Amino acid sequence: MKPPLTRRRVLGKLGAALAGLMTLPVARTVKAAVQKLRVAPGAAKGYDPTQHRWVMAIDVNRCIGCGLCAEACKKENRVPEGPNYFRTWIERYIITQPKPGSAVARGEVLVDSPNGGMNGFPEPPVKRESIQHSFFVPKLCNLCAHSPCAQVCPVGATFDAPDGAVLVDPKYCIGCGFCIQACPYGCRFFNPYTRTADKCSLCYHRITRGLRPACVEVCPTEARLFGDLKNPVADEALQKFYAENRVQALKPHLGTEPRVVYAGLDKEVS
Amino acid sequence: MTNELAQVVFEVMPQFEGFVYPNEASPHPLWGVLIVLYPYITGLVAGAFIMASLVRVFDVKPLEPVYRLSLLTALAFLLCATLPLLFHLGHPERCFAIMMTPHFSSPMAMFGFVYAWYLMAVLLLELWFDYRQDFVEWSKTETGWRGIVYRAFTLGVTDESDAAVKLDLKAGRFLSIIGIPSAFLLHGYVGFIFGSIKANPWWGNVLMPIIFILSAIVSGIALCVFNYMVLTWVRRRTVEMRCLDTMGMFLFYALVFDAAVEALDWIHRVYLAEEGFQVMQYMAREKLFYTLSIGQALIGTLLPLLILGALQLWRKRVPELIRRRLYFGSAVMILIGVLAMRWNVVIGGQLFSKSLRGVMGYKLEFAGVEGWFMGLVLLALPFVILVVLVKLFLSERLPTSGHVPHRSSVPAKAG
Repeated sequence: MKPPLTRRRVLGKLGAALAGLMTLPVARTVKAAVQKLRVAPGAAKGYDPTQHRWVMAIDVNRCIGCGLCAEACKKENRVPEGPNYFRTWIERYIITQPKPGSAVARGEVLVDSPNGGMNGFPEPPVKRESIQHSFFVPKLCNLCAHSPCAQVCPVGATFDAPDGAVLVDPKYCIGCGFCIQACPYGCRFFNPYTRTADKCSLCYHRITRGLRPACVEVCPTEARLFGDLKNPVADEALQKFYAENRVQALKPHLGTEPRVVYAGLDKEVS
Repeated sequence: MTNELAQVVFEVMPQFEGFVYPNEASPHPLWGVLIVLYPYITGLVAGAFIMASLVRVFDVKPLEPVYRLSLLTALAFLLCATLPLLFHLGHPERCFAIMMTPHFSSPMAMFGFVYAWYLMAVLLLELWFDYRQDFVEWSKTETGWRGIVYRAFTLGVTDESDAAVKLDLKAGRFLSIIGIPSAFLLHGYVGFIFGSIKANPWWGNVLMPIIFILSAIVSGIALCVFNYMVLTWVRRRTVEMRCLDTMGMFLFYALVFDAAVEALDWIHRVYLAEEGFQVMQYMAREKLFYTLSIGQALIGTLLPLLILGALQLWRKRVPELIRRRLYFGSAVMILIGVLAMRWNVVIGGQLFSKSLRGVMGYKLEFAGVEGWFMGLVLLALPFVILVVLVKLFLSERLPTSGHVPHRSSVPAKAG
């Protein structure tokens, strides 16, 4: 005979069912973590991410604002057309002369990035004589060691690869946009075609095959340098860059510890 | 080519002032009106639950007539709380990944579990223990689909012995006790979703979860006042003034706390005047003037504070009819004010560039998933669900059991 259905039994069964359900996420999380370590989107077969630590160094003094990097990035990575989808872009800073008698060291700070600087920059909006300083700042994912975007992703679709790249798995991203809000550098955007978060992948399909990212490849002045801290080459430009410059990172007060470092930044750059 | 592009840029780009990062220069903020509604609705749930637990846990007898109504309000809104989130996702079909492969450092992932815990382990269970004896009784007398529904809800437990009923009461009270921290956790987490964003000085603030919880309690009590008065009006009953006065009192004190902490937040921001203060000041003065100064501060806080405060002092001198109208007006103003507060947090946080050098514009559209029509639909949906719940579980035809802390959920007839 079947035992009578008591409240205790009903609650017991409900509890058991709940406990069963609770084990599912744990199992799937473990599986996803293992998968993530072994496979990253776009990586070459046989590539071992634990054997590399990628970094980028940018010399602001060398950048001429030609926009080739942004254009190459769009083409290489099929970044959507339009003025608000960029994996990398260039900002122009114009600092004017102070007005006579104003008792300040610098005048107005004008910043622009028309179409991400992809097509170069128009004439400055102020007379050339009134410019105190003008320079270009290329921007891209800062490869944060403590990346706020990866921290907030609810499903782990954005993650820190062991080689320092911060990647998005578009097949797993749910498109909530939390990571876009969390990136302090405005490096992420919502891709209207994939309906997922999108960002610089350091040209992961290239670097895992021994090539350099497209933006580094096309830069005519070598303003962008790319290298592997785990496999340093003694006389390469990156080592010289570190030896010769005092480097800075963007928004250091946020504690994100970017691996993209700059030489020649100004306090106005944010 | 460059000219053409410049033309496109000019046409596509909305009005910006100053410099914004290119990726931020989209015509709409990433999180639109749906994400405004999400903390609003979740807050109403938490507040309505706290209201109900005043009866269960703190034994506030005058509030007994609204006990079940508050719980049902919490349930109706909780069932809709995740809808705005779901609709706004780029891939809603992947939403279960949040529960299946959660990323434990993400506040959003944790919210999924807190939500599930709150719905399954707290609210539904408390409602079930509270209603079980009634379900058993109603399933005996009711026929047709109502009978089937009530029978199903007994979950096969038809024991009505004294010991069983006592256990129901005990379990209900226990659940209510763990429900209070759970409600705090639920809405605290919503606040933390914003408060944890250090990239955004408007959001990244340790007070954010506390402000969210306090404003949630205020809005939840206001919603209970609103629902109670509308229900009695629809049913042509008389409002129990003792109950309403007590709700008004709790509403006032909750509002005092909320206003104090929000004021502290502002004073702190103004005094420290940290990075980004200038752009925030500009936003408060220009972009958010109507929703912040008028909506949140004046309509949502100052006026209700004055009205409810005056009623605390001179309650006996104000005639009942006027008092009822003042309570109702305050509740509606608070509901509008808290909605404005959510708007100011969510939209306000996206109206300035993270470069802190410029501000964006936002024009709310009518159609589309992020349009205001959709917002209205999502805001109306919990009320529709509540009507169904009230018809099913607060029906005037059905007698309620005497064991529950309240004697009757429906106010007695006048005279």
